Amino acid sequence: MAALDQVQIKKLTKRYGSERALGGVSLELTAGKMCALLGHNGAGKTTLLGILSTLVRQNDGVVSYRSNGNEVTGEAVRREIGMLAHASLCYGELTAHENLELVAGLYGVDGSKAALATLLDRVGLDAKARDRVARTYSRGMLQRLALARALLTRPSLLLLDEPFTGLDRDGALALGEQLGVLRDGGAIVVVVTHDLEAIADRTDHVAILRRGQLVFEDRGSYSYEKLKDLYHSHAN
Amino acid sequence: MNKLVVPVFGVLAAVGIAVAVWLVFMQAPLQYGFHPDGALNGSSLFYNQKIFYFHVAHAFMLFAAVFVSGVCSIAFLKTRKPKWDDVAMAATEVAVAFGAVVLVTGSVWAKAAWDVWWNWEPRLTMSLLLWLVLLGYVLVRRFAGPSADRIAAGMAIFGMVGVPFIYKMVGQDSHPAAGREGVVATLGPGMRAAFWISVAAFLCWFVALVVARVQSARAERELRELRERGLDLGVLS
Amino acid sequence: MSVLRQAARVAWKDLRIELRSREILYTMAFFAGLLVVVYAFAFPRDERAVRGAAPGMLWVAIAFAGTIGLGRAFDRERENDTMRALLLAPVPRLAVFLGKAISIALLVLAVAAVCTPLLVLFLGAPLFTHPGPLVLVILLGVIGFSVVGSVFAATLLKVRSRDVLLPVILYPLLIPLFVAGTKTTMALISTPADFHAVWYWIQFLGIYDAVFLVLSVWTFESLVIE
Repeated sequence: MAALDQVQIKKLTKRYGSERALGGVSLELTAGKMCALLGHNGAGKTTLLGILSTLVRQNDGVVSYRSNGNEVTGEAVRREIGMLAHASLCYGELTAHENLELVAGLYGVDGSKAALATLLDRVGLDAKARDRVARTYSRGMLQRLALARALLTRPSLLLLDEPFTGLDRDGALALGEQLGVLRDGGAIVVVVTHDLEAIADRTDHVAILRRGQLVFEDRGSYSYEKLKDLYHSHAN
Repeated sequence: MNKLVVPVFGVLAAVGIAVAVWLVFMQAPLQYGFHPDGALNGSSLFYNQKIFYFHVAHAFMLFAAVFVSGVCSIAFLKTRKPKWDDVAMAATEVAVAFGAVVLVTGSVWAKAAWDVWWNWEPRLTMSLLLWLVLLGYVLVRRFAGPSADRIAAGMAIFGMVGVPFIYKMVGQDSHPAAGREGVVATLGPGMRAAFWISVAAFLCWFVALVVARVQSARAERELRELRERGLDLGVLS
Repeated sequence: MSVLRQAARVAWKDLRIELRSREILYTMAFFAGLLVVVYAFAFPRDERAVRGAAPGMLWVAIAFAGTIGLGRAFDRERENDTMRALLLAPVPRLAVFLGKAISIALLVLAVAAVCTPLLVLFLGAPLFTHPGPLVLVILLGVIGFSVVGSVFAATLLKVRSRDVLLPVILYPLLIPLFVAGTKTTMALISTPADFHAVWYWIQFLGIYDAVFLVLSVWTFESLVIE
């Protein structure tokens, strides 16, 4: 296993038919940093995240994933990617255990009952709920399961697509905190969100997209007020 | 692509079609069939046979388009360069029109030769099935939203690979009214010249239309890109 | 073969979900049964007519019910964006494709297993005169359908009009398969059975399946990646 420590994005262009989704975006992501991708709907954030996750192919430009200076490709990259999105990525007809077992099998990690129980303890999923099918979970429980799913594979590149949607304030802040912990553990974290409050004071890198282009980029942590100002002056 | 391609092929097509019409109606002999005793038999088509020169020329383009579209779609999926997709789309769209001509003229032929509008003659059946694939392609392009190019490319590739199966299938299911040997081989010498000139003329016509369609797709994209550039620079709003 | 093991894992997951909800199985089987009842009223029921029409009835039922099941099976992968999760897994995407195709094939086979006896029961179609070859031809047909169907159902996953576009794409491409299936069945139930024709069409189907399996394996990844 080769943990990713650097991702270089060079001049990415993506068109859907004649619509331009990305028009030459370059960005560099490094280990132990959390990068916030901001912008309006249709600005290209989700497309960029899609390309980073290898599920969308660019028309032009390169994404290179590196580990200790060596280029990593294909399945080895996917092995290192963790995804947390608004959708849970879990099957509603399977229980928490079964969902995680499947992931463990696909990723070749320890999927024993004990290991999964420890993980579910860590994300705080109610012990009584674990043998119920995920369809019956509340939004908060589902998000915990999704987090457990993402943590199970120990990703070094964590891609988050609106992970705070539908969570209550406490849930969102708790998730934000978890992400901070992962970042401190050396992972590259990329978060796409509209919820500026949840990521305030946690980011190391802010990038704002507008109509498929990078219009603002700076490294550093921002307060909620500052983020809001930045967003309004650049995203529109 | 060179600006001259469309005019040159357009003129070639116009001249070629004019020559072909002249040859077909003024030069090529009428088609007769004889009984062994010398009397005319029921397979004599006289002037009705003339439609053959145009019918088959269009059918050739229909078949060619399936392969052009399939090969360009492979290139598109491999490279994701829109230029390949433009060609695949243009060839298919033009071939849908050509295919419609094939089916209508084929139906007229069937009426003259066998007195039914449609009789599942193998070559005509094959044209119909290929035409359905192309029509499906056009529907996908139109209604599949932003990913239409990729999905349509898949359909073009699968359609191309399916051609030998369709061929085998209709061959095995052959209608007794049609022989298994090609009709082209049975043409008399006077018919042959008219036939091949007609094919060449419609090939030029096909190329002119496809290239024009590719250029319009390209122009559309360039216009959009210019507009995006204008928006990026704040010149447009 | 880790690809096959992972494919089996994906397929087993689908079957487990299906065995729990039985939604696709019940609705598909109900629909196929309904079709047979409609046939019984729509077509003449004398022995000669049934003998001529039964093969077509069988394959139309497989095609229609199969398309419904196919669409629903992939809808399930869309609900929580689980298709994205599967494609993101560090296994060859081939394994994901094979897994889905296997689970679809099993569902469609189950439907064929329901509607074939119903055709015999309600219409008196002599389908069971040569059960062995019949099973083989249905198996070959279902494999081809599931393979091509899975590729396009997966690529259509995010398209809004996927329900109408799935048959628009599949049926023109699958006409040779359904015709071959019908012809084989026809040859099997004719008296006496035309085993020469049966063998020809079974070979045809075998080659069709092999070619399209290779093609699907080869194109699946570039088709599902946006």
